[in-house]
Amino acid sequence: MRWRRFVDRFMTALCGLALLVALVPLVSLLWLVISRGVAGLSFDFFTGLPAPVGESGGGVGNGIAGTLYIVGIACLYGVPLGVGAGVFLAERGDSRAGAAIRFTAEVLSGVPSIVVGIVAYGLVVVPMRRFSALAGGVALAVLMVPTLARSTEELVRLVPRSLREASLALGVPEWRTSLRVVLRTALGGIMTAVLLSVARAAGETAPLLFTALNNQYWNFRADQPTASLTVQIFNYAVSPYEDWHNKAWTGALVLLLLIGALSLVGRLLSRNKFGPQR
Amino acid sequence: MHPAGEIAARTQARERPSHTNIPDRAWAIALTVLGAAVLVVAALIVGELTRIAWPALQHTGLRRFLTESTWDVTRDIYGALPYIYGTLVTSAVALALAVPVSLGLAIFLTEMAPDAFRSLVSFPIALLAGIPSVVYGLWGLFVMVPFLRHTVEPALARTLGFLPLFQGAPVGLGYLAAGVVLAIMILPTITSIAIEVLRTVPGSLREAALALGATRWETIRTAVLPYARAGIVGATMLGLGRALGETMAVTMVIGNSPTIRASLFAPGYSLPAVIANEFAEASGELQTGALAALGLLLFAVTIVLNIVARILVRMSRRGPARAAAV
Repeated sequence: MRWRRFVDRFMTALCGLALLVALVPLVSLLWLVISRGVAGLSFDFFTGLPAPVGESGGGVGNGIAGTLYIVGIACLYGVPLGVGAGVFLAERGDSRAGAAIRFTAEVLSGVPSIVVGIVAYGLVVVPMRRFSALAGGVALAVLMVPTLARSTEELVRLVPRSLREASLALGVPEWRTSLRVVLRTALGGIMTAVLLSVARAAGETAPLLFTALNNQYWNFRADQPTASLTVQIFNYAVSPYEDWHNKAWTGALVLLLLIGALSLVGRLLSRNKFGPQR
Repeated sequence: MHPAGEIAARTQARERPSHTNIPDRAWAIALTVLGAAVLVVAALIVGELTRIAWPALQHTGLRRFLTESTWDVTRDIYGALPYIYGTLVTSAVALALAVPVSLGLAIFLTEMAPDAFRSLVSFPIALLAGIPSVVYGLWGLFVMVPFLRHTVEPALARTLGFLPLFQGAPVGLGYLAAGVVLAIMILPTITSIAIEVLRTVPGSLREAALALGATRWETIRTAVLPYARAGIVGATMLGLGRALGETMAVTMVIGNSPTIRASLFAPGYSLPAVIANEFAEASGELQTGALAALGLLLFAVTIVLNIVARILVRMSRRGPARAAAV
């Protein structure tokens, strides 16, 4: 019995140790991004254009703007498709076709993002004969659809049946019930899901490398190559210059802040809205 | 739709003049179109990849493409072997490191830790999952790679140097670095799915084992883990799927050298990394095609992994059938 108790204690300690092992890289990463990134923060960093090699100063203003612009384009396509597919799955998904679509969405969420970049390259870059913000947006939209569909479905299914029945019993047509009662009830949650998927999209690098490419200047034209914060961080990090490495760390800090802010706003939204009730 | 809702809708439809149902029909059609969009997206991915990859696959031949170890753009020789090898080795390292830790963490959080502690820890794990891969790459490049070069790799060479895996100069950049970064990145994936799977294990199983006098660990080992086995394998496969396709962090720390080496310290290359590095500057439809063919290979492998993994996770979620076997 003493031996068995010892094994029990030992394994408990080992599993607890796993927690520590998992937290070490997280703490190290966050600490370094903050400590090495904070020195480079300045007004210029948020608003300036990248400075050429050897010149100090400059910023990633065009990258921040570009990321928001590309993600905006992605939302234009990805949000209606993703949310729409989710509503379909919740309202009419109990069929064989629904199951097939649900499974496809689940599997698609595991597709590597770089592969989606190739697809957007073939769909947009090749016909337009140039890299563009639109291509980057399409790539990110394709990445958004499956996850958004799944989370929307879950949220819509949370809406109590009695609400829908009450509305139908009052003679409200089905489409109005769907839109004005069911979707409206789930709206807060869906907004959260959208913002979380926007946050995820803003952190993507691989699918932008050969779709939106990069740009040294400001750009707000959908048919032109566009800078993004993530691609800038990548280029700065793999460059041989010390000054650029520092900029990569500051860029990473800004990126984490941006993503953190988006997720935070998302969570607050669903907390305050009239959510689905039991 | 819920059965009751359906009955209500049908009754309503019968009592109304048929023309008022046009908006309802339109809404139904619109929803179906949006749902079908998911299938269209899937078809587009397969179609585009195949279309772009086709010229290169025809030029090289699938078999040669998969077994040739030279990748020489100037002579139009495209062999994917070094990239396949690098992807497999780094993913294997990642799984070897991440699976025990994730599993231990999942067991700790579901079976051992108090509830309040669990919700406290779920936040940092979500945080770990939300950090963009380029930031992991940055951290890997400037923090982990020097640490591996100066501390870990010399130590491994001293103690386990008789294995070919741990021989050669400690470069820092290489398979090991990529594997470690990948392990950190797939840890939240495996952990969260393993937690989900462990939660579906019925409490009665635990109670039965405890009532027979088993210690907590014996309960976990003999009652909980066997029940959750399929789901845990599924969680591992989903983690593997993520590791295979992970691009930026690997590109930044693997060393980008298209060679096949036995040593984990040596620099290598991976499928996503070569696509990331060469695609934008690829010249001609052969090189673009060969890179897209690498993407197609990656897509095929991750899709198969995902399908099997989802089925396994789902199976273990339904569970009860397996309980009898335990």
